Amino acid sequence: MIAVLRAGPLLTAQDAGRPGLAHLGVPPSGAADRQSYDLANALVGNAPGTACLEATLGGSALRLDPPAVVAVTGAEADAHLDGSPLPLGEARDGALLELGPCRSGVRAYIAVRGGVDVEPVLGSRSHDQLTGLGPPPFRDGDIVPVGRPGPERCQTPSRCPTPVGETLTVVPGPRADWFTLDGLVSTAWRISPASNRIGTRLEGPPLERLRTDELLSEGVVTGAIQVPPSGLPIVLGPDHPTTGGYPVIAVVRGSDLRLAGQLAPGATVRFRLE
Amino acid sequence: MTPRVLPAGDHAALVEVDDNAAAVRLARALRTRGGFVDVVPGHRTVLVTWEGERPALALDPGDDETVFPGRLVEVPVVYDGADLEEVATLTRLDVADVVAAHTAREYTVGFVGFSPGFAYLLGGDDRLRVPRLDTPRERVPAGSVALAGPYSAVYPQESPGGWRLVGRTDLVLFDAARRRPALLEPGDRVRFTAR
Repeated sequence: MIAVLRAGPLLTAQDAGRPGLAHLGVPPSGAADRQSYDLANALVGNAPGTACLEATLGGSALRLDPPAVVAVTGAEADAHLDGSPLPLGEARDGALLELGPCRSGVRAYIAVRGGVDVEPVLGSRSHDQLTGLGPPPFRDGDIVPVGRPGPERCQTPSRCPTPVGETLTVVPGPRADWFTLDGLVSTAWRISPASNRIGTRLEGPPLERLRTDELLSEGVVTGAIQVPPSGLPIVLGPDHPTTGGYPVIAVVRGSDLRLAGQLAPGATVRFRLE
Repeated sequence: MTPRVLPAGDHAALVEVDDNAAAVRLARALRTRGGFVDVVPGHRTVLVTWEGERPALALDPGDDETVFPGRLVEVPVVYDGADLEEVATLTRLDVADVVAAHTAREYTVGFVGFSPGFAYLLGGDDRLRVPRLDTPRERVPAGSVALAGPYSAVYPQESPGGWRLVGRTDLVLFDAARRRPALLEPGDRVRFTAR
């Protein structure tokens, strides 16, 4: 089990989410930086799709009882295992994991061998910030069950980059012609502190709409850049509503979604149109 | 109009069709043929997503009249919503006529969104078209039966909401532990009955 000594700003269970249920209004959910999450599992020898902890902004302290193999990936933060530094992307055996605040990126992934074994909901152990599906965020003092380790061997990848980038590659969205794309790509957008797993809100000069008709609700994907009447774009995160009535001007490329999941409040981001 | 395929990212496409019936039919056909991760009807669109290579996107819904229309669900309602009087004022009907108009039609689940199990019901009486509230409520109770624009809906969970509340039902619209978690799926039909 994992005893949560200190949860930090937001500590949730995340896995591969709930794909395939969008037509019932169930968000995809799952780890916001999927590659870092996959890597964390591989490092500790968990099967792909095993639930990890997603520590937003870092700051968590956990006691593993019994001691277990643990790894941290994703956002750059000082991690200590039993008092010794635990480099990002290395798996070690230990009991007390302390994670400092994120210096670069916002979401650290903590994988424990055996995985976070909370009760799945609709096939997933992910907490969904929009709907509340899945286990609620962990609090100080919570006890989190750990699953039985599988037969997988721990992998030792050559590198563990923190996915941080100031430029995200986008492709035109279904309603790109409702705007001029110039405004989107020529602006250094500031990440609003009101951002969360549902969406990353951007601040800057409002985008001007070329069409004023109302859009009928349509399905949207993670990474879609929606433009509400304020003209300030929102990059949809994994817990986004499955349908929306705001036009989607562009969509972040799949390979850059991990960067979108690591955008820090106050930082700037630019978009490159492909 | 032939369906229009719009870009929606490198693992998704948005198909625009004539009307909701076409969207529901196409979504059903694409789901049956398989290959996509998600097939999401909207009011007049179908979003498809995939992993890896894009599966064949056949835009001909085919002849699936044998499985369509969807199943019929009866929703018993106590018409005592907080906005019922105002809906009557806005529509220049009296309350009894609002209830009569709302229970007279058979609705179709056009699409589901906003929250798990929140079904946008089309096919209502045009006289009952009312705008959303200027200021959404912070808390709408689960089971609230509500109107906005061309839609009727039942709030599956307590949530914020800007629709006009006309009544309430005891039915559980969404339960993650059920085999069919959503009571209403795209293409299903609904009848409201006054209790």
